[in-house]
Amino acid sequence: MCIMIRQIGEWFDRRLQLAAPVREMAEHPVPRNTASWWYVFGSAALTVFVLQIVTGILLALVYVPSGAEAWSSLQSLNHAVTLGWFIRAMHGWGSNFMVAIVMIHMVQVFLFGAYKFPRELTWIVGVFLLLMTLGMAFSGQVLRFDQDAYWGLGIGASIASRVPILGPAIVKLMLGGPIIAGATLSRFFTLHVFVIPGLLIGFVCLHLLMVLKLGINEWPMPGRVVKRATYINDYHELTKKDGAPFVPYAVWKDMFFAAFIILAVAACAFYFGPFGPTGRPDPTIIQTVPKPDYFFLWLYALLSLLPPSLETPALLIGPVVVIAGLLLLPFLSGEGEKSWKRRPIAVLTVLLIAITLGTFTHLAGYTPWSPHMNAWSGDPVPDRYIHHSTALERQGALVFQVKQCRNCHSLGERGGQRGPSLDTVAVRLTQDQLIRQVIQGGGNMPAYGKNLSPAETTALVAFLESLHPKGQAPARDASRDVALSDEKQAGAKP
Amino acid sequence: MATKPTLAPSTDATISRRGFFMKLGILFNGLAASVLAVPIVGFLFSSITRGRANGYLSWVPLGKVSEFPEGETRLATFRNPYVMPTDGKTADTACWVRRIAAEQFQVFAVNCAHLGCPVRWFPQSGLFMCPCHGGAYYRDGSRASGPPERGLFEYPYKVENGLVTIQAGELPTPGAAIVALTGEKPPCAS
Repeated sequence: MCIMIRQIGEWFDRRLQLAAPVREMAEHPVPRNTASWWYVFGSAALTVFVLQIVTGILLALVYVPSGAEAWSSLQSLNHAVTLGWFIRAMHGWGSNFMVAIVMIHMVQVFLFGAYKFPRELTWIVGVFLLLMTLGMAFSGQVLRFDQDAYWGLGIGASIASRVPILGPAIVKLMLGGPIIAGATLSRFFTLHVFVIPGLLIGFVCLHLLMVLKLGINEWPMPGRVVKRATYINDYHELTKKDGAPFVPYAVWKDMFFAAFIILAVAACAFYFGPFGPTGRPDPTIIQTVPKPDYFFLWLYALLSLLPPSLETPALLIGPVVVIAGLLLLPFLSGEGEKSWKRRPIAVLTVLLIAITLGTFTHLAGYTPWSPHMNAWSGDPVPDRYIHHSTALERQGALVFQVKQCRNCHSLGERGGQRGPSLDTVAVRLTQDQLIRQVIQGGGNMPAYGKNLSPAETTALVAFLESLHPKGQAPARDASRDVALSDEKQAGAKP
Repeated sequence: MATKPTLAPSTDATISRRGFFMKLGILFNGLAASVLAVPIVGFLFSSITRGRANGYLSWVPLGKVSEFPEGETRLATFRNPYVMPTDGKTADTACWVRRIAAEQFQVFAVNCAHLGCPVRWFPQSGLFMCPCHGGAYYRDGSRASGPPERGLFEYPYKVENGLVTIQAGELPTPGAAIVALTGEKPPCAS
């Protein structure tokens, strides 16, 4: 039996002649200390990519890339096709894991100085792989053709339309027509299933080829400085002196981690299930609060928090600067220290970016900048605010709710957070200031002068004036009494 | 004995027969590629070129004038004039119709002028509010607060045979042809 298998193997190898180069590849020496758990993220990213290809092909067996039917085909995947929900969940969670692992891999490569000479091109190809991964994530979100996908495309189109001169043309090219419709889905399907995966496979091969040809980055030691003139010799000496064959010396950690990641994706898929689809992509249903997927939440937050005048420049120039910075990095610091222990600015940069992205993502989780559309009709006024109140104040509380003030201002920690909470507003603003603010607006508040009768304004301000902590007097204009008494005297004189 | 003529190594001055044919081959393929490029590029960019000269825009009826009470703002829907068989529900579009007086209207796109999310009308406070990034607009569509840099997009309208008709067909974004037709609204409410 064994002999027969060997004979068949030999028959193929005489024609393919692949056995020798594959063995050479597998057994190429790597520095011993790179057999580390820190070096498993690249192979993990490749593993998840393969998983995405497999689950993606399975989904394509049922999915229909048609504007009219995509949503229903996802419903049948979720509910009618045996285990369709699980494959969808694997693909969805796989994409989250892939973005996360690619990012971790990038941070590790950056902190270990692996992008320095002679691995500049490996880094550059890696930057393109990151961009393609994000492209896959966005186009995948579009293929889940639901309300979020629909309005997400609208946001994409609005951003694209801000490009000077070419904007409208780019929008039509992106949408495949004048509106978000069937043609839009077809083109994102083409991108997600043919164009980007094809490029990804090619670039992954290039990336891996360079890792093999140039050797894996050695464990960075403080003080061991990269110099163009000597590095390659030093590296070869290191692998000769302190090297071990990649298989099996280092590969077992990659294999363990790959299996762990696959199981983790499967566990998430099993516990949390597939992502959506949310409501039907019907633009006439406007009762929707669109939100992007997890990895673009930071962008969603950024778009709310940037000052309006900075938005377009930041949207159009920001990505160019970031991508150019990433591409130029290996040329700006191609030599020198590799160890993160001697590169404080590198460490601080990573921390700063991580904290920024983390904070924005966290903020996007509860969107303090968005009005709560149903707060005015849904959130009750806390009883303590109307307990011992006058009829006028109660009338004011009604005005407060009916005029949707609650959508942006919270009371008792319920309601919108777009404007300041009004629990103690009477301490901050005097009666005159309250009237002025309500009628004229300002500081990002609309003016309500046209939508409130004088009686409503009086009642509303009376209610707002009652909002102060017990034992703390409401703010008052100290000059008011004097001014009023002067007026009285003046009126009394003639 | 006749000696075989050896191939002269091609220098800058001379060119071998094979070298010449190779260059000719490259040229021939270049010609084929450019012939092919015309239909490919034409196909790829057809969604842009059709849009020239308002190619996508046409007049669409929204409903009878009597369906829109005076002084109120109502949601109306219409089927986009340019449709493909696979568009399904996505070709249905909503817009806000404000009837100011007898035949005086304002028809707003539901898409927020910031990034296109659907704005909702709150008649009690006379505001349009956006659920995405918190843009707000007054009843006449002008900007009230939030990130938008301008008022709501407006469709051109006319009243014909008792029907409110608007010129539509494109997703309203800051650069769209539809926006060029009505122009920018003054940023002030009053």
